Amino acid sequence: MHFLAQVFGWFTTSSNWTGSQGVPELFWHQLELSLTVVATALLLGGGLGVILGHSGRGGLVAVNAANAFRAVPTLALLTLLAIQPSISLKWSGFLASWLALTALAIPPILTNTYVGMTEVDADVRDAATAMGLTGGQLLRRVEAPLAVPFVMAGVRTASIEVVATSTLAAYVSYSDLGTYVITGLNTNNSVIAFSGAILVAVMAGLVAAALGLLTRALTPLPMRQRQRTGLLTARPSVA
Amino acid sequence: MPLGTNPFFRWSYVTSQWSQIQGDLVQHIKLSLLAVAIGIALSIPLAVLAWRFRVIRAPVFGVASALYIIPSLALFVILGPVTGFVASYKTAEIALVGYTLLILIWNTVAGLDAVPPDAREAAVALGYSPTTALIRVDLPLALPYIFAGVRVATATVIGLVTVTALIGLGGLGQQITYGFTIAYNTPIIVGLVFSIALAAAVDLLLVGAQHLAVPWARTGRRAKALG
Repeated sequence: MHFLAQVFGWFTTSSNWTGSQGVPELFWHQLELSLTVVATALLLGGGLGVILGHSGRGGLVAVNAANAFRAVPTLALLTLLAIQPSISLKWSGFLASWLALTALAIPPILTNTYVGMTEVDADVRDAATAMGLTGGQLLRRVEAPLAVPFVMAGVRTASIEVVATSTLAAYVSYSDLGTYVITGLNTNNSVIAFSGAILVAVMAGLVAAALGLLTRALTPLPMRQRQRTGLLTARPSVA
Repeated sequence: MPLGTNPFFRWSYVTSQWSQIQGDLVQHIKLSLLAVAIGIALSIPLAVLAWRFRVIRAPVFGVASALYIIPSLALFVILGPVTGFVASYKTAEIALVGYTLLILIWNTVAGLDAVPPDAREAAVALGYSPTTALIRVDLPLALPYIFAGVRVATATVIGLVTVTALIGLGGLGQQITYGFTIAYNTPIIVGLVFSIALAAAVDLLLVGAQHLAVPWARTGRRAKALG
């Protein structure tokens, strides 16, 4: 109980909530890094997934390559980039973290986007073509909206992984909520480490909840019910 | 410490540090396999319960999802007051097992849900009790799903073990943190390559094990297509 009282003390100390090492500032840093990473990965992985899915060629090769890449431990990628002199000092550790985390976020988004595009019912495609839609219109008005729930599942998986891993960015000197954990561990200050860990966990929970709401809002109405019942079997193939 | 220049990779590091690398690899294997084994031992009964009694499905998945969402480094530290803040196998194992639960329970339940009703009806007609049917019909038919879960869980855990280097364990993760500390590429690449190789080797073994454990897989697929 003594320990938890100290943790409570840390959370109620006003100096921990202000300034460049305060909770709001570091929370924002973590969010900033994570959003940049997911946006980049959505652009690259999502874009590639849409192109491959629409053309229907070379998709499986790309998906398998992306999935094999997921076995790379992020800590290794992060530290390797961070010790390269041309990268390490750029933007107080932001560049190394951005590159390493983007590499981590692309595979789930690419895979899910591609699967979403190929899952579009062939009959639906035929009907759209029969109605005179061009390739571009088919992509924009039919394939893309129907693939949204899949793309969002990928964005969700990627975002949760990115927020979790952005904690490790603190190890290579980017300052975010992980900084409390790393500093606490390095200085044997378990109160700071524990408080930071709680903050990181809360942030991860908030991000997961926000993404759940976003997915729901973006899913075309008639697909919502079906998604819920299909989720149980859909998950393992993309996890 | 072969400092000075920092080449992309230096073989002499591997040969001179071989016993250390070997030790890290062994620790990595121990940490990963123990976590997956405990994970399986906990998940299968939980999944069976969640499958039989729908009421507890939501709480079981809720707890497993919450554990899955908490970032690993945070979870290692949050367990500190319970298991002691020193580098302990207990801390690492509890957290690593936590990450396997969602994947394993999810897949086991999905596998049990996918058992063809015909197979269950046949078991009942043969006079199997619910427990016998579970052990002799439902679980064996769910094996392909369970194996899929074990493969994902194992790959996840092998990757996550490297993070335990930050709390003083780490297996191959120790090569990574060492390389970072002395700003030297080779140990990081050693950690990276060996952990990918380990994940690939274990996955191959699991595919082999599945082949032996589910000899009817090919005929099973045909039966499903017909039904």
